[in-house]
Amino acid sequence: MAAETKESGKIHARPLSPHLQIYRPQITSVLSITHRMTGVALAVGTLLLVWWLAAAALGEAAYARVGAFIDSPIGLLLLFGWSLALFYHLGNGIRHLFWDAGRGFDLPTAEKSGYAVIAFALAATLVAWVVGLAVLGGR
Amino acid sequence: MAEFTLPANSKVHDGKKWPSPEGAKRTKNFKIYRWDPDTGANPRVDTYTLDLDKTAPMVLDALIKIKNETDSTLTFRRSCREGVCGSCAMNIDGTNTLACTKPIADCEGDVKIYPLPHMPVVKDLVPDLTQAYAQLRSIEPWLKSETPPPDRERLQSPEERAKLDGMWECILCFSCTTSCPSYWWNGDRYLGPAVLLQAYRWIADSRDEATGERLDNLEDPFRLYRCHTIMNCTKTCPKGLNPAKAIAEIKKLMVARK
Repeated sequence: MAAETKESGKIHARPLSPHLQIYRPQITSVLSITHRMTGVALAVGTLLLVWWLAAAALGEAAYARVGAFIDSPIGLLLLFGWSLALFYHLGNGIRHLFWDAGRGFDLPTAEKSGYAVIAFALAATLVAWVVGLAVLGGR
Repeated sequence: MAEFTLPANSKVHDGKKWPSPEGAKRTKNFKIYRWDPDTGANPRVDTYTLDLDKTAPMVLDALIKIKNETDSTLTFRRSCREGVCGSCAMNIDGTNTLACTKPIADCEGDVKIYPLPHMPVVKDLVPDLTQAYAQLRSIEPWLKSETPPPDRERLQSPEERAKLDGMWECILCFSCTTSCPSYWWNGDRYLGPAVLLQAYRWIADSRDEATGERLDNLEDPFRLYRCHTIMNCTKTCPKGLNPAKAIAEIKKLMVARK
């Protein structure tokens, strides 16, 4: 880092100005970091899917253990979070495709599309769970 | 790489609280980042209270009033006081802007003032922009042409000229670049929104003949592609420009020429 040389001969390294600590979160930046975090969550969540598929190949007992875990409160919570992350990442991914085509960059549009993605993620998750529980819940 | 906390020598401490003006009816606190290279002590935030009835409307007016009347050691850059020189770019109330065009009345509660984020500090509100200027130089921001110069001006149609609108207005204050988290984490290799906007300004210029060469120079995982469309740049630009869109246009040209 650059330094200052003083008459006294002392050199003081220049400090780094504050950044994350002081920058006001913006709707666009918050949704951006959420996109990355949901991406990471989905990658980790895929392990659950792999576990489920592997258990199906291993036999009935193993498959039942996975089923019991997923049906447990923790399992359901993980699955709920995973589905929410999936729908958010999907919606925001489509938003990114529009950006890649050079569209939707004016601020009002970029903010509206952000809120639309939030609404889509919440609604799609809700529908998926209502439908899913209605179809499979009585199992 | 991303380092989310400040280094030990950069952590901000509480500073001095200057006395309130006597007999003031409407006051406002200004919390201002200070760092003195002579002592080398950690940065601090000093609090100054101003009488709004005796202060002109802009944040820069407040800074000048403090420097003139309260604390002459307060250091900041300023020149034109009307938003065309870019000198007084700083972080005010959480976003980057020009102190001269930011009304004090726009800040709710105390007015918090920091230097442009994630930059080496020369003193107080003065950041070291050496790297940003070197990056600007790297995109060769001037007209490049192989054809012999004509006897008169190089002409453009009104449509060709219109393509430069939204780019020529940039005053290189680096508010956008220093608002960008990608630039915070990878500023040594990512060019940042201000410089990329300038790059596109020359790519889009009908008189420039070095488009291919310019794109070659930007075809790099870091120089261009660290932009993740976070949009802090466009949100914060004090001139209302759209660097995020300019960067997207460069990315589109990269794909189109394949």
